[in-house]
Amino acid sequence: MRGSATRMGKIGAVGAVAASAALLLAACGGSSSAPAALDPNADLTKQSLTVSNWAGYYPEDLPAKFQSAVGAPLTIANHATNEEIMGKLTAGGDSGIDVAFVSGQYAQALNDAGLLEPIQPDLIANMKNLAPEATQLAFDVGNAYSVPYTWGTTGICYRSDLVSEAPDSWNDVLQPAEENKGKITALATERWLLLPALKSLGYSINTTDDAQLQEAKDLLIAAKPSLLAYDDTTYFSRLVSGEATMSVAWDGWCNYGIAEDPNIKFVVPKEGSDLWSDTMVILKTSKNKEAAHAFINFILDPANHAWVAENILYKVPNKAAMDQVGAALAAAYPNMGMSAADLLKEEVVVDVGVDSSKYTKIATEVTSN
Amino acid sequence: MRNLGWLRLPFLLTFVFLYVPLVVVVVMSFNGGKQPFSWGGFSTRWYGVLAADAAVRQGLINTLIVAVGATILATILGTLLAIGLARFTRSALLEAYSLTPAIIPDLALAIGLLVLFSAVGMTLGLHSVLLAHVVFGMAFVAAVVTARLGQNDPSLEEASGDLGANSVTTFFKITVPTLLPAIVAGALLVFTLSLDEFVIAFFTDGPATPTLPIVIYSMVRFGVTPEINALAALLLLVSFTVVIAAQRITRLTDAV
Amino acid sequence: MASAVAQGRGASRRRALGSRAVFLGPGLVYVTAFMTIPILLVVSYAFLTRGRFGGVEFPVTLENFVRALDPIYLRVLWNSIFIASATTLLALLIGYPTAYAITRLPARWRTVALVLVVLPFWTNFLIRTYAWIVLLNSQGPVNKTLENLGLIDAPLELLYTRGAVIAGLLYAYLPLMILPVYASIERLDRSLLEAATNLGASKFRSFITVTLPLTLPGTMIGAIFVFVPSLGNFIVPELLGGGKTVMIGNLIRDQFLKARDWPFGAVLALVMVLFLAGLFAVQAMVARRINGRGARA
Repeated sequence: MRGSATRMGKIGAVGAVAASAALLLAACGGSSSAPAALDPNADLTKQSLTVSNWAGYYPEDLPAKFQSAVGAPLTIANHATNEEIMGKLTAGGDSGIDVAFVSGQYAQALNDAGLLEPIQPDLIANMKNLAPEATQLAFDVGNAYSVPYTWGTTGICYRSDLVSEAPDSWNDVLQPAEENKGKITALATERWLLLPALKSLGYSINTTDDAQLQEAKDLLIAAKPSLLAYDDTTYFSRLVSGEATMSVAWDGWCNYGIAEDPNIKFVVPKEGSDLWSDTMVILKTSKNKEAAHAFINFILDPANHAWVAENILYKVPNKAAMDQVGAALAAAYPNMGMSAADLLKEEVVVDVGVDSSKYTKIATEVTSN
Repeated sequence: MRNLGWLRLPFLLTFVFLYVPLVVVVVMSFNGGKQPFSWGGFSTRWYGVLAADAAVRQGLINTLIVAVGATILATILGTLLAIGLARFTRSALLEAYSLTPAIIPDLALAIGLLVLFSAVGMTLGLHSVLLAHVVFGMAFVAAVVTARLGQNDPSLEEASGDLGANSVTTFFKITVPTLLPAIVAGALLVFTLSLDEFVIAFFTDGPATPTLPIVIYSMVRFGVTPEINALAALLLLVSFTVVIAAQRITRLTDAV
Repeated sequence: MASAVAQGRGASRRRALGSRAVFLGPGLVYVTAFMTIPILLVVSYAFLTRGRFGGVEFPVTLENFVRALDPIYLRVLWNSIFIASATTLLALLIGYPTAYAITRLPARWRTVALVLVVLPFWTNFLIRTYAWIVLLNSQGPVNKTLENLGLIDAPLELLYTRGAVIAGLLYAYLPLMILPVYASIERLDRSLLEAATNLGASKFRSFITVTLPLTLPGTMIGAIFVFVPSLGNFIVPELLGGGKTVMIGNLIRDQFLKARDWPFGAVLALVMVLFLAGLFAVQAMVARRINGRGARA
C-alpha cells in the first residue's frame, strides 16, 4: 500500500510536461508569413504539385500530360465530396495540397477563412479563354481567388423506359407516382439536398429565411419514405441497373448513365434550378504557387479543356474548348449543348456564411427522421 | 457434431452467416461481365484492372509505411511499458491507464487527435496517422506482454543479476528472449490492426496521402464494381494467410 | 552465501529503481500526450464557441450542451441506442449457443472453429461491409435466390434499411460476442454442473441455475464489445443505410468534417463516451457482485 496519491501526482506531472510541450509546438506552428511575390520566371521543373480533385473528374493521364508540357510532376489526390476535402483543408496546418477542386460556394467559404491565395491573372495567359459569364459568377465576381473548371446545373436524371410519364417538375421526385416510390435517389450534400424542395416552393436556393427553410424541411421529410437512398456518387449506376428510375442529379453525372443506356435522359424541372461551378483554387500554404498557376493555365488551354470535357462529360466554361467538342458531345449527351445563356437563367449557388448551420441542421433532421 | 444436439442449428447458422458474404464476393471477383451483379462468365480480368490501379498501389504503399512504423514504435514502447508495470509498480490504476487506448471508442480517439494536431498546427499526413496508430498499438502490445509476464519466472533474471550480469545484459539476454513470443504476437497484432484501421486514419490523414482503407472507402462510395470484388478477394487471402501463420507461430513458440 | 545473494538482490533492485523511468516513462508520456491531452482538449472545446470557419473561439459557453437537448439529436441518440441494442441482442442470441456448441466439440475441432470465427474479423472492415451491399442489393444473390424459388415476384427492399444496418453491424462484431462467452463457458467448473445433475436437476434447470449465472460476466463483456463499436459506428449506417439512417457516430463525424462545428461535435462525443463509461461501470459492478458470490460459494 504505497501512497497512490503520489503516483497520481506523477501522472499529473507527466501530463503537465506533455501539455507544455504541446503549447510550445503550438507557438511554433502558429507563426505565418505574408504572401511572397510570385516569380513569373520561376523554374517550374523544381516544383511539384499535389492537386485534390473528385475521383473520376479528370482524364486519367492528366499528370503525365501536365508534366511533359510544364515540367513539374503532378500528383492527384481524390476526394469523394466537397465536404470531405473542406474538412481536411480547414483542419489547420498545411494540408499538403497546392490546388484544390471545390464547388463555388465552398471556394467562397475557404476564401472568407483566409485560406486561399489570390489568383494572379498575369500568370494565367489562358484566362482570356474563360466564357465572359464564368468570370461574373456571384460567389467570386472577377475570379479573385477561384477559376471555374466546369459548370452546369442540377436536374432529374431518369429512365425514360421505366417511367410512364417523363418528369418535368421537382414535385415528380418529391411526391412521386406510385410506380416510382422507393426508386428515387436524392443528393446528400446539404445545399443540394434542400434544392428540390426550395425550388418547388418557389424560394431562392440561397435563402436563409427560417420560415421558408422550415417549409422546405417539411416537404423533404414527407418525401423521404419514397426515397431509395441519398446518393451523391453512384446514382447513375443505380439508374443503369434499374434499381432507381429517377435521380436528383448533376447534369454531367447523368451523362455517365446516358453513356451506358441511351434510355436515360436529363431534364431541368420547370420550377428552375441552380447554376453551380466547380472551381480550382490555390491554397495559401502551397509552396509551389508558380506551378499551381501554371496548372490552371494548362487546364484553360482550349485543347486541354476540350480534352477534359470529352473525358468527364461535364460542360467546361471555355468558349474555345466548347467550340471544338461541344457539338459532337451534344449529339450524344443533349445537356452538353446547354449554352452559357441557358445556364445563366438558373440561380448561382453562393455560400450563406454562418447560416450554413441552418442547412446542416435541416439536413440532419431530414435524414434522421 | 453429433453430440451437439439442437445446438447444431445456431452453430451452422453462425458459420453460414459469417462466410456466405465472403464467398459471394470472392466468386463475383471472377465475374467477366461489366455488371457487378449478373454473371458474365469466368475471368480474371478484374485482377488485371486492379493491378494497374495506381491509387490502390499508392494506398497500399502508404498503409505499409504507417503499419511498419507504428508496429516498430508501438512494440518498443509497449514492451517497455509492460515490463515497467510488472516490475516497478503494482498499481492497477496505472495499468488501466496504459491500456485505455485499446478500449476507448476509436471515434473519440480520432476526434481528439484531430483536435490536438490542429491545435498545434501540425500538418496532417502519414506521420500523423503513424503517431495515432502507435497510441492504441502500444496498449495492445502492453496487454499481450503483460499477460505473458504473469507466467514468467522472475528467478531467472535474479540469477542472471547474481551471476554478475549488468541490468542491460540481463534485459537483452534474459528478459527479451523469454518474452519474445509475446512481443512477436503483440507486434503482429499491431501490424494487422494498423493495416485495417480506417476511422482514426480518416480523421488524422492528410488529403494527399490516403491509406488503403481510405482508398477502399472512396471506391465503395463510388459504387459496387467488379474491381472492388477483386481487391476484397485479395485482401481476404492476405489476412487469412497472416492469421493462420500467426496461429502456427504462436503454437510453435508456445510448445518451445 | 545467503547474505551475498541478498546483497546482489539489493544492488539489482537499486539498478531497477534507476531504470524505472526508462521503462515506464516513454509509454506513459506517450499515452498522456496522444490520448489524455486530446481527450481533455475535446472536453474543453465543448465549452467554447464555434469558429466561423471551423476550430473554436472564446467566449466560454454552455450553449452547445443546450443545443444537444434539441429533440432531433435526442432522437438520433435514441436511434443509435436502439440499433446498437438490437445488434447486441441478436449477437447474444446467435453467439451464446454457438460458443456453447464450440465448447462441446472435440479439442481439435474447437481450435478450428475458433479460428474460423475470428478469421472474418481480421479482414478489412470496409470490405466486410461492402460484401453486404453486394449481398442485399435488389439484383443481389439474396433477392435473385428468393425470386428463383418463386417466393417473391419483385425484389425486396433489403438494402438501405435499418435492418441492413443492424445486419452489417452484427456481421462486423459477432466474433466479439462469441470469444468472451466461449472463454467463460470453457472456464466453467464442470463438477458444479455434474453436482447439479446428480442432485436431480434437469439439463435445462442446471443451465439456468448454474451455467447462465456463472457465464454472465463473460457474456456482459461480449455484450459491451458488441455494443460499444456499434454505437459509435458511422460507416455501416452510411454504406448500408443509404444515408437514411443517422447514428450518433455520423452526427459526430459530420460536425467535425462537414459542418465544421467542433464544439458541438465535442459535446456529442462527450455524451457518447459518458454513456459508454456508464455501461462499463454497470458491467464492473455486476461482475464484482457475481464474483463475490462465486467466492462465497
